[in-house]
Amino acid sequence: MFQIRCPYCGPRDEPEFKYGGQAHVAYPADPEALSDEEWARFLFFRDNARGRYAERWNHAAGCRRWFNVIRDTGTHEMVGSYQVGEQPLDAR
Amino acid sequence: MRRLPDRGRVDHDHRVSFTWDGRTVEGLRGDTLASALLASGLRVLGSSVLMSRPRGVVTDGVCDPHAFAQVGTGDATEPLVRMHQVECHDGLVAESRIHRGVLPTGADPDRFEKRHAHCDVLVAGGGPAGLAAALAAAEQGARVVLVDDHPQLGGAVLGEDLILDDAPADHWVRHAEERLRANPDVTVLTRTTAFNVGDQGAVALMERVSEHLAPAHRGGRALRRLWQVRTHQLVVATGATERPLVFADNDRPGVMLAGGVRGLLHRYGLVPERCVVVTTNDSAYRTAIDLVGAGVEVPCVVDARPDPSGPLVQRARDLGVEVRSGCAVIGTDPDAEGALAGVRIVGLDGGAEEAVACDVLAVSGGWDPLMDLHHHVGGQARWDAERLRFVPEGTVDGLRLAGAAAGLVGTAACRRDGHLVGLVAAEATGFGSAADGPAVPAADEEPEGAPADLVVVPGTDPVHAFVDQHRDVTIAGVERALGSGLHHVEHLKRYTLVGTGTEQGRTAKVNAGRMAADRFGLPFAEVGVSNARPPAQPVTFGSLAGRALGARFDPVRTTSIHPWHVAHGAVFEDVGQWKRPWYFPQGAEDLDAAVLRECAAVREAVGMMDASTLGKIDVKGADAGAFLDRLYTGVIGTLKPGRARYGVMCKADGMVMDDGVVLRLADDRFLVTTTTGGAGGVLDWMEDFLQTEWPDLDVWLTSVTEQWATVAVVGPRSRDVMAALAPDLDVTQDAFTFMQVEEAVVAGLAARVARISFSGELAFEISVPMTWGLALWEAVFAAGQPFGITPYGTESMHVLRAEKGYFIVGQETDGTVTPLDLGLDWMVADKEFVGRRSLRRSDMLRDDRKQLVGILPAERLPEGSQLVDDEAFEIPVPMIGHVTSSYESAALGRPFGLALVRRGRDRIGETIYAPLADRTVAVEIVDPVIFDQEGARRDG
Repeated sequence: MFQIRCPYCGPRDEPEFKYGGQAHVAYPADPEALSDEEWARFLFFRDNARGRYAERWNHAAGCRRWFNVIRDTGTHEMVGSYQVGEQPLDAR
Repeated sequence: MRRLPDRGRVDHDHRVSFTWDGRTVEGLRGDTLASALLASGLRVLGSSVLMSRPRGVVTDGVCDPHAFAQVGTGDATEPLVRMHQVECHDGLVAESRIHRGVLPTGADPDRFEKRHAHCDVLVAGGGPAGLAAALAAAEQGARVVLVDDHPQLGGAVLGEDLILDDAPADHWVRHAEERLRANPDVTVLTRTTAFNVGDQGAVALMERVSEHLAPAHRGGRALRRLWQVRTHQLVVATGATERPLVFADNDRPGVMLAGGVRGLLHRYGLVPERCVVVTTNDSAYRTAIDLVGAGVEVPCVVDARPDPSGPLVQRARDLGVEVRSGCAVIGTDPDAEGALAGVRIVGLDGGAEEAVACDVLAVSGGWDPLMDLHHHVGGQARWDAERLRFVPEGTVDGLRLAGAAAGLVGTAACRRDGHLVGLVAAEATGFGSAADGPAVPAADEEPEGAPADLVVVPGTDPVHAFVDQHRDVTIAGVERALGSGLHHVEHLKRYTLVGTGTEQGRTAKVNAGRMAADRFGLPFAEVGVSNARPPAQPVTFGSLAGRALGARFDPVRTTSIHPWHVAHGAVFEDVGQWKRPWYFPQGAEDLDAAVLRECAAVREAVGMMDASTLGKIDVKGADAGAFLDRLYTGVIGTLKPGRARYGVMCKADGMVMDDGVVLRLADDRFLVTTTTGGAGGVLDWMEDFLQTEWPDLDVWLTSVTEQWATVAVVGPRSRDVMAALAPDLDVTQDAFTFMQVEEAVVAGLAARVARISFSGELAFEISVPMTWGLALWEAVFAAGQPFGITPYGTESMHVLRAEKGYFIVGQETDGTVTPLDLGLDWMVADKEFVGRRSLRRSDMLRDDRKQLVGILPAERLPEGSQLVDDEAFEIPVPMIGHVTSSYESAALGRPFGLALVRRGRDRIGETIYAPLADRTVAVEIVDPVIFDQEGARRDG
């Protein structure tokens, strides 16, 4: 069970949170301008790397805010959390 | 075995009486089930899992491969309970089931608790290393939790005759315990096992709270308590476990681990009559020394080493114990019940076998540090080929091994290591400095002779020599697997089951890996052992579930009208967490009869339904309309206050996610309704877009599902009922049109009334604050009596909407259905909305997609029935669709349904077929709107 630091509430246990997949994948500004392939890449393709990974979490049973977390997918180290709109921590 | 009157940690003055296989056995207070049975003279506990060989107690702890029993009676019975952890008490009931238990069928009558805790340093293991670590960390100021799975602290000290500071080690243990218990920042948990380590210092503990007591003495306490602890630092001081040797008939009851024999003596005062010791290392000489000291005959120590030396060997020799060096035990001989009667000793460089009579053979093939908790979080270990044991390799963040678990030998050395590790752990948590911490206790090196490298005794009978006694895996079995090409230890494990036992294979895994290495001529370091995975010890489901059972498993949501439904005999269905009336049977009506009656009442007169469970989201703010326009396929922003509109939402992939009616209450305020089950997900999804994609929008979302009770009054006479209920509200068609929203006083209650219909009938949905729901419902029921008002449930609602071709999210849709597939082209506006781009992906433009149609089958079909083109077909046959809804219609007087069919809209009027198990049913494809196609009934 992860311990996740909500940037608004502090560290809390994983059951309070809902996972939101890879961070920094914005909904395209003009979807109609994208080819089928480009749209499919947005819809279906996400990184699945071993190592530091920026991902979204929602403090669903707390403040209900979405935020971003850098997690090491190999060691499960929680490197840090930051608010939506903040500059990502160094994810490399 | 025999009990000495003055030895052990049992209370010789207090007898306890328990039941074993139906007969009464006496033990002493302080006995475990295993020690009491041994003291009673029992040697054979039961028979092995595959070969039905007699098996007995092997050691004194939870690594024992056989000491399992069925414990408890009735529905409180538990299978495969570790006998070394069962403390004898009056009334204990246990049965011989060492490898196959019996599960109770009823609800567990025992109670289990959960507790969460935080600490700076958690120490697993209360032996010399763990005690020293806990003391050192606590004295630096850290909050410490110390756990040990025995009733008493001390670890190996309890089962050995050890000296610390020139006194029995017990003295130091009691002193350390007193200091720990006196420290308010230290929590000491005995009878508690750390069984799992997770991420960020999450450690799961199982505390045996009251199961060691007779039920009458449990005082209402829980049987066990699950602790979920977050610790900054974890110190693993779980000790080491002894390895057996592999030779023929090494599974006979009486063949024990040498350390276990010492433990039985020092813990319980149990001794054999005559004990042979066989070893590869110095430690087992302690067994000979301690037994001779207790007056037991030890004919010889059989040592695989050609020239054993060292202080322990010398002490044994000084006591007159014969040392048979360069020898091993190659086989054992049984007594009448199959237990050990003697051993056969052979020289490792040849020579004749020699038989020696004994009732216990104490075996030591070396020691393995217990590093399970280290392995749970990815910690590695390295094989020390000189000392023939694993030692930890590298470190895992926040976890430190100490003492014998780190590969150390010797009580003082383990204590010293624990002390140092405790200081470092405290420093890592921000308490003190390890460099200027309390003085480090001295530890003289205990000289130890090099061990012999022996696993399998050469020349032994491979068919009866056990590598894994729990799983009945022999040398022959391992050889067969290795010869079959299963070269990896993980494959070997899965094929032979070696190391998969309830005791986690602790006595088997290293030997199996070493045999594989020998077979392939590889260094063992390259072969290794199979993974240690959580839990480190088995835990029961009941103790993990705690009190989250039955009604506490998941919240049950009911509306304020629920008591009326119960009082009027409603049959309920679960929709998400909600209890909704499914139907209201009258007399002996079944579901079908009740639904036909309810539907007919709605179509012919008036019905009423509790619609309070529908999800409701208050959307407020200057940009609320623009926000909803981006989410719904249709246009919402143009809605005028006081009007409502039906809307559908898609996910980004263009598939229908949810639907509902949106009411505009004011310029800056909407009330969005969702499906009952989808409310939470829709709110989360809206918040996601609002917070992450469009944070610039002035929009605020609030769930108001539980704030409003809604009663739907439905049917041609609903206007009459409304007129009676709300005399000040003009309900005439011209004043109150379809999709109009009015604030009004209804039955004396401030209410919101909307003309929304999910049945095609004239209908009014009345909403009041949830606490008034029952008052409203009762008023509607009373006012509707002259018109024959009929309460109806979700099943009738489903039939009525299906007759009109209205889909239900999750019934007609399954995450692969677009609005266009449902024929909702008219609802897909020419503007950007989430998922719009997906609707023109090539797959969405295929002309053979499944489309929603109505069906008129010759008989009522099971929902989910597959549909095919031809009446006569051969399997495999292409399936062109499936039935999504299927009912008997009161209005049509026949069965009907909805289906998703390839190119369905082009095939209206055609006949397709539904193959059932024993017949094939003809199905006519029709327009989804089967009843009242012209929509004449909507306005009454």
